[in-house]
Amino acid sequence: METVKTVSERSVTVVPAPRKKRKWTVDHWLAAAFLTPSVVLIFIFVYGFIGWTGYVSLSNWNSLVPDLSFAGLKNYIYLFHDFRFQADLRNTLVFTILFIGVVIVLGQLLAILLDQKLRGESIFRNIFFFPMALSFVVTGVVWQWLLNPSTGVNLFLKKFGLDSKWYTDTTILGGFHLGNIEFGVPVAIVAVVIAAVWQMTGFAVAMYLAGLRAIPEEVREAARMDGATELQIYRKIIIPLLRPITVSVIIIMAHISLKIFDLIYAMTGPGANFVTDVPGVYMFETTFRGNYYANGAAIAMIMLLSVAIFIVPYLISSRKGGS
Amino acid sequence: MRQRAWSRLLLYVICIFMSLFFLMPVYVMLVTSVKPLDEVTLADMWKLPTTFDWSSYQTAFAKLAPNFWNSVYLVVPATLLSAMLGALNGYVLSKWKFKGADTIFTLILFGMFIPYQSILIPLIQFLREIGLYNTIPGLIFVHVVYGIPITTLMFRNFYAAIPDEMIESAKIDGAGFLRIFRYIMLPLSITGFVVVAIWQFTNIWNEFLFAVTITTSAQQPIMVALQNLSGSQIVQWNVQMAGALLAALPTLLVYIFLGKYFVRGLLAGSVKG
Repeated sequence: METVKTVSERSVTVVPAPRKKRKWTVDHWLAAAFLTPSVVLIFIFVYGFIGWTGYVSLSNWNSLVPDLSFAGLKNYIYLFHDFRFQADLRNTLVFTILFIGVVIVLGQLLAILLDQKLRGESIFRNIFFFPMALSFVVTGVVWQWLLNPSTGVNLFLKKFGLDSKWYTDTTILGGFHLGNIEFGVPVAIVAVVIAAVWQMTGFAVAMYLAGLRAIPEEVREAARMDGATELQIYRKIIIPLLRPITVSVIIIMAHISLKIFDLIYAMTGPGANFVTDVPGVYMFETTFRGNYYANGAAIAMIMLLSVAIFIVPYLISSRKGGS
Repeated sequence: MRQRAWSRLLLYVICIFMSLFFLMPVYVMLVTSVKPLDEVTLADMWKLPTTFDWSSYQTAFAKLAPNFWNSVYLVVPATLLSAMLGALNGYVLSKWKFKGADTIFTLILFGMFIPYQSILIPLIQFLREIGLYNTIPGLIFVHVVYGIPITTLMFRNFYAAIPDEMIESAKIDGAGFLRIFRYIMLPLSITGFVVVAIWQFTNIWNEFLFAVTITTSAQQPIMVALQNLSGSQIVQWNVQMAGALLAALPTLLVYIFLGKYFVRGLLAGSVKG
């Protein structure tokens, strides 16, 4: 620590060095050498393997024996005509919209509540946050029981005359025929959304809370001086200021939701008529239980593409916006 | 002022109501896991047990103990290695920037968002080739590699807060790449290591997809064993809940005692600097 202090003290007195042209020294080579293994690993294990998966997805490898002969888009065409995959696309779309919508509304609401200097704020905060430390598998196991139609929360709801079938419900709300499936909102998905919201809302609350704390008090003071009520301050000033955080929350939740696997696998599985099935579960089962490697690879590539649509613009824009 | 008092009360009511929602699963887990078998009925799910019965913990522990230790052997080395790697990468990418460093950083970062399904088939082929398939070292390797993006991001953001002038003046004093890392960066990054280690510990402990596809039976980490336990119809609910609690305990304890750092990690990993 001693050296640190002297170094930093000195830096204060030293005149800012003129921006001289940096030349590559031994140290620069050393720095590059230390970074290289990670870069090589990422290039092989992320980009190389994605390329390889893409190649498998265009092959005939749909049995235990690898067969990498070229099949063109056969596997993709099969999937888009497949009842199960069509159901997966519907479920992912519905799940993603419901999940992100609830997380944003609830996350913002709870963050604003916690920002009101309530007594016991830290207790509430910890209660909202702790599910994030749990595994999706644990969440799945517990909520599977809580939303079991013959027990759990239904014991309460029955007193109010409500009796939901939760994840065993095969009804598709607002359904109409599209392709091979009934397109609409599968009621069973709601059960999975509740469990996912329970687990991930804390994430959004933490982000919104950090955003709220970053808004200077003067902003509110100025608004109060102008005679704005607390409600108006939130509606007209604070919530619009939180919009960039909402974008981050959407990106993070969207990529979680598009690749979700463990929660659904542990909680409901594919469900009757695939009402709770998602591409992650289908990919796992068809590849590692059914040995349809090329089909599994094609599902994985579609999942990757759906995530990349969100992530790539986000990464590029945050790079430009950042330092 | 009366209106203000009422609205304060409303705030508390909402907070308490939401707390009940978040605590409901914990209550059910705790209550069910200490019930004797004859009290574990569908109708009495919410009732408190009349007597404490710890036998479900014994049963669950007997079933899960080997997998619990697998997880320990996996998570400790994987966390340490990926934190070290992340610290070095973050150091280079924040303090020894070269032309194209930001592009490389962005390319690394993409790796933390991909669905791992899209690399899983080649990964398993590769692990089979080198003889690490179905081994804990294989899983350690996988978590270290795919942990690079998040640990690099966290350390890069963390080191960005250390003023460049410190590095510059150390260079003038004749300190090189390694000396600066050892004597300036490392002593200042204890918080960084705690945050990254907690984050990686939690994520690797809780991870399921790699665990279930890369290992089988005896080598499986705890989350796969828990899933198997709950998947088998013959296992009673009290044992399942006890198992879920045992599996969740390490990360829950970390959260209870070091929650502040956990939340910091979450923000460091989600908001880019």
